[in-house]
Amino acid sequence: MRGLPTRNRPRIMIGQMTENNMLLDADGVAVEIGGQSILSQVSAHVESGEIVTLIGPNGSGKTTLVRVLLGVLKPNAGRVAAKSGLRIGYVPQRLSIETSLPLSVGRFLKFGVGRGPNRQRGKRTAVLTEVGAQGLIDARMHDLSGGELQRVMLARALLRDPDLLVLDEPVQGVDINGQAEIYNLITRIRDSRGCGILMVSHDLHLVMAATDRVICLNHHVCCAGKPEAVTRDPAFENIFGAEVAAQLAIYHHHHDHTHDSGGAPVPLDHSHTYQGDTGAHTHGD
Amino acid sequence: MGIPDFMLRAALAGAGVAIVAGPLGAFVVWRRMAYFGEALAHSSLLGVVLGIVLGVLPWITVLGVSVIVALLLYVMDRSKRSTLDAGIGIVAHGALATGLVLLSFVETARVDLFAYLFGDVLAATPHDLWLIYGGGTAVMAVMVMFWNPMLSVVVNEEVASVEGVNVTRTKLVHLMMLAVVVAAAMKVVGVLLIVALLIAPASAARQLSRSPEQMAILASVIGVISVIAGLWASYELDTPAGPSIVVAAIGLFVLAVCFGNRSVRSAP
Repeated sequence: MRGLPTRNRPRIMIGQMTENNMLLDADGVAVEIGGQSILSQVSAHVESGEIVTLIGPNGSGKTTLVRVLLGVLKPNAGRVAAKSGLRIGYVPQRLSIETSLPLSVGRFLKFGVGRGPNRQRGKRTAVLTEVGAQGLIDARMHDLSGGELQRVMLARALLRDPDLLVLDEPVQGVDINGQAEIYNLITRIRDSRGCGILMVSHDLHLVMAATDRVICLNHHVCCAGKPEAVTRDPAFENIFGAEVAAQLAIYHHHHDHTHDSGGAPVPLDHSHTYQGDTGAHTHGD
Repeated sequence: MGIPDFMLRAALAGAGVAIVAGPLGAFVVWRRMAYFGEALAHSSLLGVVLGIVLGVLPWITVLGVSVIVALLLYVMDRSKRSTLDAGIGIVAHGALATGLVLLSFVETARVDLFAYLFGDVLAATPHDLWLIYGGGTAVMAVMVMFWNPMLSVVVNEEVASVEGVNVTRTKLVHLMMLAVVVAAAMKVVGVLLIVALLIAPASAARQLSRSPEQMAILASVIGVISVIAGLWASYELDTPAGPSIVVAAIGLFVLAVCFGNRSVRSAP
């Protein structure tokens, strides 16, 4: 089993909040649907080279916020500023392709690129290799497994050479080992391409390790910041419960510890926590 | 030559409609709009009657009513206030019934209702051919222009939108094309059988295709074969032309399901 993506691995350093690194900046966003307030006073931003994760319980407005940030949904109030000429690669939460539509992976990859040079088969093969889906170019979309589909959708987004990748629940329908690999892949993509990544997740354990910043959403921004800070925030505990917060805090403790001593069995520790093993609980007490 | 002029015109009219109905029908299948097409078809009878009442060429009112109904259904779909399924049914049958009621008021009731319901392709005039090929060429040109965005919207609207496709415009363009083809197809197979001409060839083609483009072209080919086979049967066996064309299309679909399937499905 591969190790989990780690936050502390060496990578390109990001300048602090300089304006030209800003990809998307939303301020005071409010959305009402059918008289019901879905989002109020939400501010969020993504800079290039960073991985930002949007977490929150089901129905907390995560996907709505993503749609606002993508420019698909107009907010009732607030502003969304995007870097001029921002290219977004978007991977939706669910992609169910009509069974009546015969579609190969290679053809699917052509959709996002228009008439650009990335149409070429060579480019498409290369990007499939980049996401670990090599050899699938002639496969049919309907035959793909959950993990393969996620990788292929990621490949389509990457073919656009995006400044910003937006991934809505990128590990949906992927088994637990596959999930770690996908998060690993996402971190690698950020490292090699330097693009900004905005992820949506309700899965906490794995995503916390793979992210630079967390925005915890429950119709408004409850708390935001580095993962270890967010998990200690009372607002986070309120939403996800003290137990989960404690587990995550433990997780980070172990995580840092193995890094310091530089050789502890990382996979073992991880399997303890991300499977929700109750044993992990006692570790921290 | 043993082929009478009226048969030749019928074949040309039918083939013209079938060629356009192929790719458009594929989109109807992909977007699950069969019932939607049905509503357009039913309401085109209202268009015919309005044409008679107002004393204008029927194709103008048919096209007008089709376009209005298409827009109405589109708005209903967007607002999501009522379930679209029931809404479509109300519009479809409301238009059909209103058309029939209006028809009873028309003094010169020598209108052949049967011809509108089941088609009258054997009576296709050169004027009809001009309409079919003029409208068909326009629809084909628009379809080629919008092919990729339309396909992208079929796969996923949200992603298409993020990637710069104007989803609303693309969907409206598709509906307008559908309205035009339904108006043209009424002459060939009639109000009640138009949808069959859209979805049967496309569904047959699905069994034999590996790409959307293949499916669209094959659907046209299968449609044209159905028209020729149906007309042949009509000529030889004296069966009604429109229904014969549809029976031929359904027959080809059954053949495709029985024999086409395996090679496409068990590909590596």
